[in-house]
Amino acid sequence: MEYLLIFITAIFVNNIVLSQFLGICPFLGVSKKVSTASGMGAAVTFVLVLATIVTYLIQHYVLDPNDLGYLQTIAFILVIAALVQMVEIILKKVSPSLYQALGVFLPLITTNCCILGVAILVIQKDYNLLQGIVYSFSTALGFALAMIVFAGLREQLQRFSRVPKVFDGMPIALVTAGLLAMAFMGFSGVDNGLSRLFGL
Amino acid sequence: MVLVLTLITVVAGSALAYVNYVTAGQIEKIKAENLANGVKQVMGVGSDSQLDYTTEQSGDFTLYRSDRGIAVQSVTNGFGGALKVLVGFDNEGTVTGYTILEHAETPGLGAKAGEWFQKGQKGDITGKSPATTNFTVSKDGGDIDAITASTITSRAFLLAVQDAYDELLKANNPDAASAASAIDQKGGHDK
Amino acid sequence: MNNLKVLVNGIVKENPTFVLLLGMCPTLGTTSSAINGMSMGLATMFVLILSNFIISLIKNLVPDMVRIPSYIVVIASLVTILQMVMQAYVPDIYATLGLFIPLIVVNCIILGRAEAFAAKNNPVASIFDGIGIGIGFTLALTLLGAVRELLGTGAIFGITLWGESYGMLMFVLAPGAFIALGFLIATVNKIRKA
Repeated sequence: MEYLLIFITAIFVNNIVLSQFLGICPFLGVSKKVSTASGMGAAVTFVLVLATIVTYLIQHYVLDPNDLGYLQTIAFILVIAALVQMVEIILKKVSPSLYQALGVFLPLITTNCCILGVAILVIQKDYNLLQGIVYSFSTALGFALAMIVFAGLREQLQRFSRVPKVFDGMPIALVTAGLLAMAFMGFSGVDNGLSRLFGL
Repeated sequence: MVLVLTLITVVAGSALAYVNYVTAGQIEKIKAENLANGVKQVMGVGSDSQLDYTTEQSGDFTLYRSDRGIAVQSVTNGFGGALKVLVGFDNEGTVTGYTILEHAETPGLGAKAGEWFQKGQKGDITGKSPATTNFTVSKDGGDIDAITASTITSRAFLLAVQDAYDELLKANNPDAASAASAIDQKGGHDK
Repeated sequence: MNNLKVLVNGIVKENPTFVLLLGMCPTLGTTSSAINGMSMGLATMFVLILSNFIISLIKNLVPDMVRIPSYIVVIASLVTILQMVMQAYVPDIYATLGLFIPLIVVNCIILGRAEAFAAKNNPVASIFDGIGIGIGFTLALTLLGAVRELLGTGAIFGITLWGESYGMLMFVLAPGAFIALGFLIATVNKIRKA
């Protein structure tokens, strides 16, 4: 039940993009089409879960025992950068079709702050490995959900609305994102009710 | 190529180790100072005066015992996440003050809990004791006014205070703990 | 290009927030009040100036293959130093900005300037570029923070103008961040076109 709570909270209540403001760059940058948005969502899900596992192990088996907590930021970002490179190379060799679908998004992911952000959050929240995995997976699903819904809205907007010239492009996208964030605010408090329901 | 990268990493690593060495003491000092000031504040002692206390850990609670009473740190689930509160009780179990240590409540709504329940404010809890006052919001039949439009935060906060009080009774007198929960139920404590 | 020109360029023509649209996460995440926005801007500026300077110094020593990893190490070290110094001397601000301080590492502005400017110019010009872009970023964040604080709570820099009862709380919350920034960028567009 605890895992279900983490799952629902990370996707809807504390959505990584719309309420935590992490991963805004790809959210605004590659959300013009639903197809690219879902590609990005899938790539992030893959890397995020992998990065969380690796950084968790590094924190608990390398940094903590040697009292090197202050190297966290530098260690995590290097690991994430290396991991993304490795995923790219392996994917290219093992599954060319998957690489075709996700490849273009991978280089963009290193500077996606939701990867480093979630890796640090998992440590800060003092999750165990399994909780960390569930948390990172659901966060990534939340990211993908926000991306895809947002891309759908932008596609419709592009097709049917005449946007004032000064609002064209980024400004109207931001206002749309604001309205979407408002819709997601409707979920706030749901986690509270659920934890009461489960008796946690 | 590898040499350069190694060199840069080594230089960066040693620079960090040095800064860490310089700042670590200061960071510890600030943390200890903040804690001491927090305890003094909730015990109603000025921050200039001296207050000696001992620290006890008990489950999720931390107790800071001094000759003026006990400050208890307790955690509940607020509206947006964990709500960590430090509540001061004098030797009679009356609330002397509180401070919010950590919260994720909505800015402008639940986040007002930091002032709302302070002395002289609308939801004043100081000078009251959970033994005689029902520490639940008036909507649930209690004696404390909830923060406007933030009932869930208010409930969570008052629950944290009530939990802290129960823990205090348990710590002072292990036998009385069961009696305390009986009062709790009689008062219609609505979780 | 003289240094003053480099400086002004960063504030106006290549303003990182309103024109280049970089570093959106901290821009939206830390601007619930003017003072928070300003602190975040200054923290980023500190890292940016030093990273520009150091990277410009070492640019000829670093082989092309390991360029990006080396830059990341430099930036991450500077961010960690900033983290430790802030924790030690301004713990309150550190607590407010929270996660966004370590995340300066992945702020595209820093790596972007390292690649686009510091790797091609001398150290002094790079410092001026860092100051210019840093001020541009700080101004943008302060402005957005001020707008949100004023609309949301009726105060600015904590000074009450018309009081909380007339505030639209939405602007302090997440949706307000997006909407306020959208309108600010539209305004800047309008001014630039005129």
